[in-house]
Amino acid sequence: MRLSPAQIWRTRIPRYRLIGKECKKCGRRHYPPRPACPYCGSRELIEVELPRTGVIESFTVIYTVMEGFKDRAPLIIATVKLDDGTRVVAPITDAEPEDVRTGMRVEAVLRRIRDDGSYGLIGYGTVFRPTILVHKTS
Amino acid sequence: MARDSGIVSWGAYVPRYRLKAEEIVNLWGWDSNIPKNLNVAEKAVENVDEDSITMGFEAAYNAILRANINPKRIGAVFFGTESKPYAVKPSATVIAEALGVTPATMASDLEFACRAASEGLRSALALVESKYIEYGLVIGSDTAQANPGDVLEYTASSGAVAFIVGPSKEAAAILEGVYTYVTDTPDFWRRGLSPYPKHGEAFTGEPAYFSHIEGAVRGLMESLGLKPDDFDYAVFHQPNGTFPLRVGRRLGFPKEKILPGLVTPLIGNTYNASALIGFARVLEQARPGQRILVAPFGSGAGSDAYSFVVTDRVNGLRGKAPRVDDYINAKKYVSYAVHAKMRGLYRRIAN
Repeated sequence: MRLSPAQIWRTRIPRYRLIGKECKKCGRRHYPPRPACPYCGSRELIEVELPRTGVIESFTVIYTVMEGFKDRAPLIIATVKLDDGTRVVAPITDAEPEDVRTGMRVEAVLRRIRDDGSYGLIGYGTVFRPTILVHKTS
Repeated sequence: MARDSGIVSWGAYVPRYRLKAEEIVNLWGWDSNIPKNLNVAEKAVENVDEDSITMGFEAAYNAILRANINPKRIGAVFFGTESKPYAVKPSATVIAEALGVTPATMASDLEFACRAASEGLRSALALVESKYIEYGLVIGSDTAQANPGDVLEYTASSGAVAFIVGPSKEAAAILEGVYTYVTDTPDFWRRGLSPYPKHGEAFTGEPAYFSHIEGAVRGLMESLGLKPDDFDYAVFHQPNGTFPLRVGRRLGFPKEKILPGLVTPLIGNTYNASALIGFARVLEQARPGQRILVAPFGSGAGSDAYSFVVTDRVNGLRGKAPRVDDYINAKKYVSYAVHAKMRGLYRRIAN
C-alpha cells in the first residue's frame, strides 16, 4: 500500500475529529465531507463536528481481506447511525464478530487505520468500538 | 506553601486486552513463581490498531472532557514515550491536531525512558507558573517493548495517562513542591536501531530505581520540611509490583498509603504512564486537603518527587470521564499467539 502524504494531510481533520458537513439548504448532515450535499446536491455546506456516539445499524464481517490487513482479520465494517442521525461507515474495533449486533451502542475512538509498511506513513482516523465505559456519571 | 500551578484535570487509558503471566511462563519455560515474585498477574496489551499516539489521544481526550476547557487555550502539548510510532516526526502534533489544540501551541515529544512525561509535567507546571501559557497538556503513553523471552516481558505493558496543568485557582490538586534527582546511570537502554531494550538485571534496582527515587523524595521532604506522616498517599514508579512497596518501606511510607496508586499488579508497567496512572487513580479517591507524593522514575536515570494537595474541585471532576478502574475492569484475555499478531511480531511476505 502506498500512502500519499498529500492525501493523509488533506483528510486529517475530518478523519481525526469526525468532522462532517451540514447542508444549509436541506439541513441534512453527511460524512465524510463532500463538495456537494449527497441528498439535495446543494454546495452550500458548513463543517460540523459530529457526535461521537451512536448505534450499529447494520454490519458485515470480512474474512478474506486485502493485503496489508491480514493481521486485522476478520474485519468488522458497520453502518453507524450517530446520535444526530448522521450515518457513518466505519470499522468496529475492540470487538469480536460474535459480540457485535444491530442496535449496539458504539463510541468513536482514534486508531491506526492503515500504514505504509515499516518505513512509510501511518494513517490515523476515527473508528468505533462498543461503548463499554459509563461516561458522565458521578 | 502552595505554588501557583496544579493539576486541573486528568485522564487515563488502558487497552482492552490482557495477557496472563502464566502464558509467558508456559511459552518460554520460566519458573512458575516468577509472576508471584514480581507481583504481576497479568498485563494490558494493545490491539493491532493501537500505538502510543492513539492511546495518548484517548487519555488526553478524557482529560479535556473532565476539565471542560476549550482545547485552543492549551499552550503546550508534551508527549512522553519510549515507543514512538515514528523515530522522526512528532507524535505530539498528531494528538494536538486530533484534539483541536493546533496551531498556536508548543508541541514536543520528550525522551527520558519512563520519566519523559514527568519531565513534561515539570515543564508544564513551570510554564503555567511563569504565565507563558494558560494551560498545558502532558501525556505519558507507551506500548512498552521487551525482548521475547526476557523477564521484562512479564511487566512491559501498554497504557496512557494525561494531565491538564493550569493555575492553582482552577486546580484539583495544587503543586506544593517538586525535587528532581538525575545522574548518568546505565541501568536500561535501547540503541537507535534495536527493537528491544537491554537492561542491567539486578543493577536496575539499587543504583538506579532505589537510589534515584530515594534521592528525589528525601530532597523534596527536606526542602518542604515534610515527613512521611504528612502524606496521605505515596505513588512511586512501578516497574513491577514489589519495588514500590520496598522503596516506600525504606522511605517510611506504609503500604496502606501506596496500594491505592499501585496499578502494575493489575495491568503491568505502562512505562511513561506507570506512576502517573497511579496518581490519576489516587485523584479518583482522595479527599480535599489530602497530600499526595508522586515519584516517577526513568532509567538512565532520574526521578522527580512532587507534593500535591487535593482541593475541593476534585469531587466535581471524577464522573466527567471514564475512571482508571473503568478501563482496568473492562478487559478480555488473549493468548500469547494473538498478542504476537497484534504487536506485529510475525514476519509475513506479501502475496
